[in-house]
Amino acid sequence: MKVDPKDIIIDIQHISKAFGDKVVLDDINLYIKKGEFLTLLGPSGCGKTTMLRMIAGFLGADSGVILLDGKDISPMPPHERPLNTVFQKYALFPHLDVYDNVAFGLKLKKTPKEEIDQRVKKVLKLVSMSDYEDRDVNSLSGGQQQRIAIARALVNQPKVLLLDEPLAALDLKMRKDMQIELKEMHEKLGITFVYVTHDQEEALTLSDTIVVMNEGKIQQIGTPMDIYNEPVNSFVADFIGESNIVNGTMICDRKVEFIGHEFDCVDEGFGENVPVDVVVRPEDIYIMNNLDAAQFTGTVQTCIFKGVHYEMTVITKEGYEVMIQDYNCFEVGSEVGMLIKPADIQVMKKERICNTFEGEMLSDSRIWMLDAEFDCEPQEGLSKGDMVKVEVPFGKIDLRDNLDEGSTDGSVSFILYKGNHYHLTVITPEGHHIYVDTNDVWDKNDIVGIHIDPADMKITKISE
Amino acid sequence: MMKKILAKSYLGLVLVLLYAPIAFIAIYSFTTAKSLGNWTGFSLDLYSSLFTGGRAADVSSHETLSALIAALNNTLLIAFIASLASTFLGTLAAIGIFNMKGRWKAAVQFTNNIPLLNPDIITGVSLFLLFVFLHFSRGYLTVILAHITFCTPYVVLNVLPKLSQMNPNIYEAALDLGATPMQALRKVMIPQLRPGMISGFILAFTMSLDDFAVTYFTAGSSGLDTLSTYIYADARKGGLTPELRPLMTIIFLIILAVLLFVNLRNFKKNKSLTI
Amino acid sequence: MFKKRSTWAIPYVIFMALFVVLPLLLIAFYAFTDGTGHFTVKNLMNFFTDGKFLNSFFVSLEVALENTLICLAIGYPVAMILASKDLNKSAVTALLFILPMWINALMRTMATAEIFNAFGIQLGKGTLLFGMAYDYLPFMIYPIYNILNKMDASYAEAAADLGAKPATVFLKVTLPLSMPGIISGVMMVFMPTVSTFAISEILTNNTIQLFGSVIQEQFYNMMWNQGAALALVMLIIIGLTTVFSSGKEDETQGGLI
Repeated sequence: MKVDPKDIIIDIQHISKAFGDKVVLDDINLYIKKGEFLTLLGPSGCGKTTMLRMIAGFLGADSGVILLDGKDISPMPPHERPLNTVFQKYALFPHLDVYDNVAFGLKLKKTPKEEIDQRVKKVLKLVSMSDYEDRDVNSLSGGQQQRIAIARALVNQPKVLLLDEPLAALDLKMRKDMQIELKEMHEKLGITFVYVTHDQEEALTLSDTIVVMNEGKIQQIGTPMDIYNEPVNSFVADFIGESNIVNGTMICDRKVEFIGHEFDCVDEGFGENVPVDVVVRPEDIYIMNNLDAAQFTGTVQTCIFKGVHYEMTVITKEGYEVMIQDYNCFEVGSEVGMLIKPADIQVMKKERICNTFEGEMLSDSRIWMLDAEFDCEPQEGLSKGDMVKVEVPFGKIDLRDNLDEGSTDGSVSFILYKGNHYHLTVITPEGHHIYVDTNDVWDKNDIVGIHIDPADMKITKISE
Repeated sequence: MMKKILAKSYLGLVLVLLYAPIAFIAIYSFTTAKSLGNWTGFSLDLYSSLFTGGRAADVSSHETLSALIAALNNTLLIAFIASLASTFLGTLAAIGIFNMKGRWKAAVQFTNNIPLLNPDIITGVSLFLLFVFLHFSRGYLTVILAHITFCTPYVVLNVLPKLSQMNPNIYEAALDLGATPMQALRKVMIPQLRPGMISGFILAFTMSLDDFAVTYFTAGSSGLDTLSTYIYADARKGGLTPELRPLMTIIFLIILAVLLFVNLRNFKKNKSLTI
Repeated sequence: MFKKRSTWAIPYVIFMALFVVLPLLLIAFYAFTDGTGHFTVKNLMNFFTDGKFLNSFFVSLEVALENTLICLAIGYPVAMILASKDLNKSAVTALLFILPMWINALMRTMATAEIFNAFGIQLGKGTLLFGMAYDYLPFMIYPIYNILNKMDASYAEAAADLGAKPATVFLKVTLPLSMPGIISGVMMVFMPTVSTFAISEILTNNTIQLFGSVIQEQFYNMMWNQGAALALVMLIIIGLTTVFSSGKEDETQGGLI
């Protein structure tokens, strides 16, 4: 898909940023088209707000450039950039009333009084706050303050409006109303909106384009439909909407095996007998009392009414847990049959199939890796100082409550339930990522000891 | 009920003790006797003597009174200049400290606390040695510098909380709307910090008024007197200039009025005393 | 990039280096040199050998200790009554107790001494303690009142609910929780008492010399090096008490002012 350079308003090229040792943005490349509503979506700490602050000019990048209309704006201080921001907690000036807050930017530009008056009135009308000109901003409700914050930014007629989680402080009902208003405002004004949020539902509702970020990297860029229906990896699948994510094997084109059954699917080109991740949305699993017509069967474990639909967990005969949404309720304990249509099965390439660490031999049975010492089985043909590659399957990493029992430790940073086990990402204090399959239940941010049995390491020498 | 009466009478007793000397001074400001305890009939002579520099009533010599008036003027002038300078320096410093990180921040905050923790005499002696060491002749300038030294920490401590209460994006919002850093400071930061700056200024001003030890050591033999050093000299001579009685009474009433005003307004808001 | 705001502290940092840090170093410098600038420990040794210095030092500690205890004994009940919602609802009453803090200490001391004179009371240790308690009482009441006033009443209620008698509630809950206030009150009374000089002179007619007066006397007599050595001794003691109490001091957060 080729884009006409004239249609691009912001072009972010190779942006990286670290705070101390922590990399918050890792070689970000992204272009934003004129007039689009683009959302940076991700969990807290993924780098989305840092990216927005760089566009606004509050932060400088360690490397890379940001082009606005083809010109590098990196050296430009924030007050000279033709962009305006709506801040998370509004950041209205408490010592000024509504009118003076909105007129702030125009007054600085020495705009004639009549014009200021005209533009302030117009923009207040746009955000439906016409009667509030003389009000003290502290006396306004959260939603009203939000409107003023938007008006204060829009009155300057920015080329791009940056919004940093503007609805996060509002209650649910207000948030829904404001989403609709923002969308309408965007359509009416035709300017580019760059929106930051951690709320996937909000992103799906508002955006033309969603950029999913995690740990300083872009995971996927696409329309809300693309992102929801065809997540590129298990992170995106898990983050956007509810999903069943399980390990599977691509048997051949259009045939995939998971939860102990073979299914027809529509994916091709993965190769034969390749391990994959499989995603099925809970609303895409058909559930019925008829066991004979089903592809697989199980027992209903829980059934919760969610307003429009029921959400059920079913344990299959093979012992996998699947989440299903349906308009009908199936009684807890009843036997049910299930069906999945080929088009509803989303197959994703696995990013990795086992842990790979680099290490250095300390002796023939000691190894230095992950900034710690590990025992290994005596290695023939390897001597002290040899650089090696160590492979450890996900399931062979042993997490311990007692930190002393591990060779090193780390904190659980990401948890994915895969139907019959958990897939964890554990990050060591030095920043190494370790991927673990386990049946034990851990919580996010738990600190765990990491033990690896010598027999489970596959060590190969790296030849220079 | 019993408990309440007991508590009230205890408070009353302590209050009486606490205010007895001040009340005593105030009462004896309405008589012309040289020494206290010796009531020579009601008279406003001390007040008129104080306000006219000795011309209206013949209590103390003209020289004594002009020295007293000069000391009063010096006290007010030094307090004003020092607290103004402290407010400026301290506000800038508070903004800087607030945006610092780690070891530097801790070090600057620690140093800022030194003049608060040090007894006056240490501050006075150390500054005395500094001016001696630098061959700085002592007088107005040294006293003002010394007062800025122990006043600024109060301003810093009053402005810092205002900074942490402030929405961290406010400064950036101003930049975002086209303000230069200087404009953002003037139009957005300062108005937000103003309450802290004002209470810092008032605190600095009273600390300066109250000071004796630091002034004593940094004024040297320049003949510069503030009220404190004047009273000290009086005490060494063995008696209080009678006109000090009405002066003390007036000062006390002013402070009482100001503090009552400030606190009654504030107390409703945050349930704590502004001191 | 625009200028970093952390740089705004630079003028003050320079100012403090010149007017806070350097002067303190100079105390040490003068303490360890003689009149001609040569290194000596004689000034410091004098503190331990000269009976007058040591004597006034211990008298000061004694007076300061007594004064602190008197202020605490009188002040804590006052602070408690003032902070109690049942016994006192008026902010003005509370204010009256700390108001004297704002009046020039010398003026108040002078007034006290005048009262003693007027009633023909002999100036000495008794008048010194009385006058000092009068001077420093507000400094004890204020931090304790502040912390008690902000203390959540539910702590005491919870203790009572769990079966504690009023005396136990006080000993096990109120008192420990008000400890930071007590510490900052003690700091605000004890150190100034040790170091005060004019106040003790006025209240005792110069018959009792506190350590502050001895230091001042050295400077008055142009014996700067000796004065600096004594000041250094005081500085070290302050340093030690501050470090000792700083762990708990942090929690009071501005209880000092």
